[in-house]
Amino acid sequence: MEVKQISLFLENKKGRLWEAMDVLAKAKINIRALSIADTSDFGILRLIVPDPDKAKKVLTKSNFAFRENDVIAVEVSDSPGGLAGVLKILTDADINVEYMYAFIEKSGKKAVVVLRTDSINKGKTALKKAGVAVLSANKVYTL
Amino acid sequence: MIWDKAAECMRDGEREKLQLERLKASIGRAYKNVPYYKKRFDTMKVKPGDIRNLKDISKLPFTSKTDLREGYPFGLFAVPRKEIVEVHTSSGTTGKPTVSGYTKKDIEIWGEVVARALTMCGATKDDIIQNGYGYGLFTGGLGVHYGAQRIGATVVPVSAGQTKRHLDIMQDFGSTILTCTPSYALYLTEAVVEAGINIKKLKLKAGCFGAEMWTDRMRDEIEKRFHLIALNIYGLTEIIGPGVAQECEQKNGLHICEDHFYPEVISPETLEPLPDGEKGELVFTTLTRDGMPMIRFRTRDITTLRRERCKCGRTLVRMDRVTGRTDDMLKIRGVLIFPSQIEKALLEVKGVEPHYQIIVTRPQHLDEIEVQVETSKKLFSDEIRHLEEVKKRIEKHIENSIGLRVKVTLVEPKTLPRSEGKAKRVIDKRQL
Repeated sequence: MEVKQISLFLENKKGRLWEAMDVLAKAKINIRALSIADTSDFGILRLIVPDPDKAKKVLTKSNFAFRENDVIAVEVSDSPGGLAGVLKILTDADINVEYMYAFIEKSGKKAVVVLRTDSINKGKTALKKAGVAVLSANKVYTL
Repeated sequence: MIWDKAAECMRDGEREKLQLERLKASIGRAYKNVPYYKKRFDTMKVKPGDIRNLKDISKLPFTSKTDLREGYPFGLFAVPRKEIVEVHTSSGTTGKPTVSGYTKKDIEIWGEVVARALTMCGATKDDIIQNGYGYGLFTGGLGVHYGAQRIGATVVPVSAGQTKRHLDIMQDFGSTILTCTPSYALYLTEAVVEAGINIKKLKLKAGCFGAEMWTDRMRDEIEKRFHLIALNIYGLTEIIGPGVAQECEQKNGLHICEDHFYPEVISPETLEPLPDGEKGELVFTTLTRDGMPMIRFRTRDITTLRRERCKCGRTLVRMDRVTGRTDDMLKIRGVLIFPSQIEKALLEVKGVEPHYQIIVTRPQHLDEIEVQVETSKKLFSDEIRHLEEVKKRIEKHIENSIGLRVKVTLVEPKTLPRSEGKAKRVIDKRQL
């Protein structure tokens, strides 16, 4: 199963980020990873949560515009050049990265990179072939 | 189905004869019984006897909403007050409300014209009409009510708002015809989906929507979501209320009950009558109203009259869907535009929801239009680049249609005000 990411549309207005978080908090949904992309008018909040279906349900109920996408999560060593190595593989395979964000595992030894490539399948195949640890959805959700 | 074939399919010559006869009588009564009209006629040096044919109507003075306010409350009644059995008023949002008085006969005529309108929507005795127009001083609720009763249909007077009740009744009673404002109809379609109601189980076959401006795109949307035929009704309190005109199933303009309400289209600038087929301001003279005859009332609504025969068999003149009001006209950087033009362009963009608001500002001596559009699942993408493209696409499309650059802002779903009556689409923040 692919790792699912939920992207939320947020107006660039005071309190909106909190409101979105509050909806998730009230539904007792923990967040594994998140990033925000913003413009002057609006932002996109990207989230990885352990139970995407439940999150979708509560967000729909609160009238958020959102979308679910597949993303790739890989584990890299938390040391200089860790990310560069992964990106080199994709560059060599002529795969474009639309966006990415990273977080550090609790153990502190590894970092997890969430990637969205123009083709998820191609990206995954190239990374696997090069021996990169591509994480399963379950693994990511329980990190 | 035609409610009153004799009246609605009358030959032109015959109808004109009837109109002239009624016009003369009505003007005579107005001059004799309403001091306001007498004064206006006398100032213009015109006598009721000067009206020898229908064209002579252009000799008569216009009546505006302001004139009606001056006569507030009962100054324009042409009968003793005790003959008046019902009054209605306009909303009064722009000043004192205007009062409309009806005799028993006026109420009957009103029921009759609304019966024609509802029949155009397919209503018969067998139908259950769920009436979502407001009951009260507003003419919408009671007007439809009288028409439905005239037909002998079962009318459910739900009134405006009360969405939960509307949904329950729609399902439990098996309502076949829905009457309300088009923006409320759209709102109901959303509420139906939210409540998880299976549209296929509803029995709605037609909707009679009006009391505010709307577009063909909105019609398509309502029809698609509700699985019914959505037809346009037109009317105004000053003339009688809803039922002045109604679209038939041909969806090709609204048939005006011109045997009761004589229409003209004038140029809003020169005030000269325009020939059929030309766009201008709609003006009505009532022909049969006893309680409060109205002479050349300026509706401020912009439309075109069309005389070409309609396939439905009615010979009554048709008016185009109202596309603007002379007092709604926005002058942006010197260009005259109607909010409906922006709406039309906006809704032509795929995936755009019919929920928007137009905000006009003048930050630095220059007018700016911001169009706020609700994001929908269809529009939303998780990439900034795509969302920016959506914005630009809408901006470009509006600019190409109206010739003015606008700024589009995407806002979150269901954050723009939904009205249960008339939708407030334009907020003009300019301090002129």
